[in-house]
Amino acid sequence: MREMIVSELTQAVQELARGFARFLPRLIVLVIIAFAGWVIAYLLKILARSILRLIRFDRLSDNAGASQLLAKAALPPSSELVSRFVFWVGWLGFILLGISVLGIFGLQEHIARFFLFLPRLFAAMLIMFLGLLAASFFSRAALLAAVNSNLPSPRFLANSIRGIIIVFALSMVFEELDIAQQTVLVAFGIAFGAIMLGLAIAFGTGGKELAQRFLESRLRHRHEEEKNEDELSPL
Amino acid sequence: MLEEVSTKKSVAALRTDVKISEEGLLTDDFVRQLINVGEVDILVGLPTYNNAKTVGPVVAAIQSGILQWFPRDRAAIINTDAGSRDGTPEMVVGASIDDVRRREFNRLALRTLHSISMQYGSTVARGTALRTVLSAGELLQAKATAIISPDSTNIQSDWLRDLLKPICRDNFDLVLPTYARHKFEGILVTNLLYPMTRALYGLRIREPYASEFAFSSRLGSQFLAQNQWNDDGAGEGSEVRLTLAAITGGLRIGQSFLGAKNHTDRHAADLVPALRQTVGVLFWSMDPNFLLWSSKTGSQPIPTTGAEQEFTHDPRRVNRKRLHEMFRSGVAELASVFQSILSAATLEELQKIAGLAEEDFHYSAELWVRTVYEFAAAHHKAVISRDHIVQALAPLFRGRALTFLMENRNSSADRVEANIESLCLEFERLKPYLLEMWSGKK
Repeated sequence: MREMIVSELTQAVQELARGFARFLPRLIVLVIIAFAGWVIAYLLKILARSILRLIRFDRLSDNAGASQLLAKAALPPSSELVSRFVFWVGWLGFILLGISVLGIFGLQEHIARFFLFLPRLFAAMLIMFLGLLAASFFSRAALLAAVNSNLPSPRFLANSIRGIIIVFALSMVFEELDIAQQTVLVAFGIAFGAIMLGLAIAFGTGGKELAQRFLESRLRHRHEEEKNEDELSPL
Repeated sequence: MLEEVSTKKSVAALRTDVKISEEGLLTDDFVRQLINVGEVDILVGLPTYNNAKTVGPVVAAIQSGILQWFPRDRAAIINTDAGSRDGTPEMVVGASIDDVRRREFNRLALRTLHSISMQYGSTVARGTALRTVLSAGELLQAKATAIISPDSTNIQSDWLRDLLKPICRDNFDLVLPTYARHKFEGILVTNLLYPMTRALYGLRIREPYASEFAFSSRLGSQFLAQNQWNDDGAGEGSEVRLTLAAITGGLRIGQSFLGAKNHTDRHAADLVPALRQTVGVLFWSMDPNFLLWSSKTGSQPIPTTGAEQEFTHDPRRVNRKRLHEMFRSGVAELASVFQSILSAATLEELQKIAGLAEEDFHYSAELWVRTVYEFAAAHHKAVISRDHIVQALAPLFRGRALTFLMENRNSSADRVEANIESLCLEFERLKPYLLEMWSGKK
């Protein structure tokens, strides 16, 4: 009996030792891959930072209004943020590659999914950035046009245009990332419908007189403006 | 028989030239008409768009000017039309020179005066109109070309003499006009375009943006070849571009006093397009010509025939309250835009004067010059869209215009001239500030 227990224990320890002996090289490979990945990711970060500085990404980001958002959230400048993102995504990728070498059952599928997800993540980020850029450009264009045409509430007009473009960009980002498509679609539909319905009710019934006064004042204002037109030419 | 062969050869050569140089711009019919004209000495370009009400007297004055001052020269009138629906081109082409001849001179002209019209598009594009005239001038080998505005209702036949003679006789390359204007007319020219062009390039050109001007074949050919016609917005402000091409090319520029001019085509509401066509082009020119303008100090007068400028004083309606209000709201609403363009100190000063009541309002010459120079530097660095930078200048210009109106409300012509001169000197004095802003030292 005692001999049997000793034999079983010996066998278990031997198997553990064999398993560990089989696992140790993989672990070493993981550490090597992680280390090499860190070096490569760090180099990628430096490269990304240089390229972003070369293309004046921070100025582009300023124009897009992204810098202001980042500053409000106490985050670093956008070129630094993107280069850090490149580093972490790169290093995480290498670590996951190393983990897949360990051969843990079920993990490999998730790792493969992560790598397939990366291009979509980058595409979503690009869409968001371009959306912010477009929102900033068009809202500024609207602001300038409204100010130079002496329209009322130019900032409200500009902010509305910015908001609409950002919401549109966000919905595209969610669609690209395949996140809660149904929820986003429904939420977007409800929000848009609610705004339109609200406006219709406000102008159609509740704000009938207000709308009437507004239109009257606008038309009268325009008429008076035409009457007050300067007789001087700038050129 | 020999003559026929020679004509056919020259026609073929002209056709080849047209195809090579301006393929797609000139229509076949227009080229055929040009070929029929042959060579000319002087060419008069008349860009039009629905100008039937005013074009008749203008064409008559041109014809009269040609008969009176250039009777021995071969001449042609080229009408470039933007698709008028009121019969303007027909009026130009159909205007008979015989009436002018009988009425004013009672004699026969020595040469045939050709009038040709071409529709270049369906919307007004001054750049394309000028390009068409330049191409026609090149094909006809015109020694001198004058451009006349179709709504200059008070045009005199002397205008052609004053514009074209310096080119034909004295070898000038560009002759720009000076006018007798109301003292508050053309504030954008007197408060920005003239002083800044003068400070940058060292030449006292009173009307860098002119609707009447004349140029030599040398300048015409150079400008036609060098100007980037296909660039975005290249058509805008082509008049200023031509002036700048003459300046940067080191060509001979002169001015001729033409007398009074009606400005029926230019309205105060057109401030933003006016800024694009003038200030936008001036800012644009600064990048490629940095070495030239950065080395210039002071300024020199240019040869001028007649008065350099005259001011009239008849009463005009100006809504000062509106100017003040639009300046105030512009400074307040565009603060975020100005933060990208202006230095903190300049913006702070602008916000300070925006808080002043209309009667106390004063936008000083120094602050105005610093504002303009910072805008020019921001345009160079493209801190935001360049077109937005030019647009953002509009409310600030209104503030400066208000100060100019208030300062010169009761001023004599001499006093107005002195104030403009003082502003020009301020632009010249602060040029080092522009260079500092340009290089990013500030």
